[in-house]
Amino acid sequence: MTRVHDLGHARAGDKGNTSNISVTAYDAAAWDRLRRDLTAERVAEIFATIGAGPVTRYELPRLHALNFVIQNALGGGVSRSLSIDPHGKSLSALMLTIELPEETL
Amino acid sequence: MTRPFRIGAGAGFADDRIEPAVEIAEAGAADVLVFECLAERTVAREVLARREDPTKGFNPHLRDRMRAVLPACARGGIRIVSNMGGANPVAAARATVEEAAAHGLTDLRCAAVTGDEVTDLVRARPDLTLTESGDPVEAILPDLVSANAYLGVEAVLMGLETGADVVLTGRVADPSLFLAPAMHHYGWAADDLPRIAAGTLMGHLMECGNQLTGGCFADPTRPEKQVPDMANIGFPIAEIGPDGALTVTKLPGTGGRVDRMTATEQLLYEMHDPAAYITPDCVLDVTGVDLHGDGDDRVRVTGAAAGPRPDSLRVLCAYAEGYIGEGQVGYAGVGAVERAELAAKVVQDRLKRRGFTYDEMRVDLIGCTSLHGDGAGPSDPYEVRLRIAARTQSRAAAQAVGFEVRAMHVNGPTGGGGGSNPVVRDVMAVQSVFLPRELVTPEVTVLGGRG
Repeated sequence: MTRVHDLGHARAGDKGNTSNISVTAYDAAAWDRLRRDLTAERVAEIFATIGAGPVTRYELPRLHALNFVIQNALGGGVSRSLSIDPHGKSLSALMLTIELPEETL
Repeated sequence: MTRPFRIGAGAGFADDRIEPAVEIAEAGAADVLVFECLAERTVAREVLARREDPTKGFNPHLRDRMRAVLPACARGGIRIVSNMGGANPVAAARATVEEAAAHGLTDLRCAAVTGDEVTDLVRARPDLTLTESGDPVEAILPDLVSANAYLGVEAVLMGLETGADVVLTGRVADPSLFLAPAMHHYGWAADDLPRIAAGTLMGHLMECGNQLTGGCFADPTRPEKQVPDMANIGFPIAEIGPDGALTVTKLPGTGGRVDRMTATEQLLYEMHDPAAYITPDCVLDVTGVDLHGDGDDRVRVTGAAAGPRPDSLRVLCAYAEGYIGEGQVGYAGVGAVERAELAAKVVQDRLKRRGFTYDEMRVDLIGCTSLHGDGAGPSDPYEVRLRIAARTQSRAAAQAVGFEVRAMHVNGPTGGGGGSNPVVRDVMAVQSVFLPRELVTPEVTVLGGRG
């Protein structure tokens, strides 16, 4: 099983009710894999468990990084949120737990 | 070759650590220290504090920070720029001058930049559209606490041009706080887009302090993500040249790290479309940015581009939206989760029987589902903490939440312990509107100095 955590690192930021989470690959091979398999659809599927979405993905090939913009991820925004983590700081860790499909030869 | 202009980050959020700024000042390692201390809702909280007491309404740590850093800044000729003015920059400037005088710095001059508060302008335009909900701003006017425009670099420049040692603002876009000193030093024009791009990117990288130098980064389970001497992480220092050539680094001898990995995480922090990061000064495009890790905790940053500044300014409207009540109680051992779930049911039932209603209620099992919902992680921990939180228009209903959760000590399932004291807090919601920038006029007041 390969998780995003095996391939790259992540940071989450908040703006209103939207979380953005960057994923940066550790190396070129990891970048190819993340770019191919960590799709907006895959991320949306996982973040649906906290009621979040839709998800937009931006690519930064020079930096080997993806930037996911996830709407409705923060319980209405920092001040209204009932969540114990209203900024969604911990959501970077949820991104890193995502499992990717095994590579086929 | 003359050395580049050096801008140090003194703080990256309201409650940031104090010592790193002092270390930079004492080492004389920066020409300007910038303290970014104003989150989205903070200004509205400060407006309420100012209503209670006209000498308050600015960052509560301001005196502590100034006391710690002013002597070294005075010795080294280091200027200070900060949005610690909150909702009352003039009172903040007065407090700063007082702290300086108490340390024998009787010459210190402090400029207060005002004009970001546009509550009356917004009240006079009930048809403005709220960006988030799409409703007219009229919908929130009865509960509006304050409306503050994100001022751009021109407001900070007005403060710097007075020659004041310290410039204190209210709401200013975070990158503008850092861009302004570079523009002032080199005389860059506001439409010199390549340099404005470099300076804005510099501000974006610096605005969260040690998030560029190894804060919010360490993962002990990955060899790539070790952070040396974390307890002593140094805050970042930007070196920017006359043409906008940019290197970010930190004070030698401090902990943390500055390299491609830390810089990439911070580059994308709170960024949506990387081709269009909108500030009052430009629309920044980072898709061509390269980060060159030169070793020794130095990263050279190239490739920033920008389009012209927008014609309107974003205005944050903060309004009261009822109350949140919260309570917690813990369970452990066999059946901990089942007992916590039973307790949640009983609390909800009792609140209903008492006739309270809630706009939204949330049940968390801390240790199971509180951060990432039901979909992730193991669900059978040895111990679990039940947390119930609810938002309501009634203070009594909010108080009842924590009251009924604490009652689980005696009136709930077996073995419930460690109930928290009930918590009730006011909800300060925020939404945005946009105002034509020519309607917003910054002003400067200078305090202190002899005569």
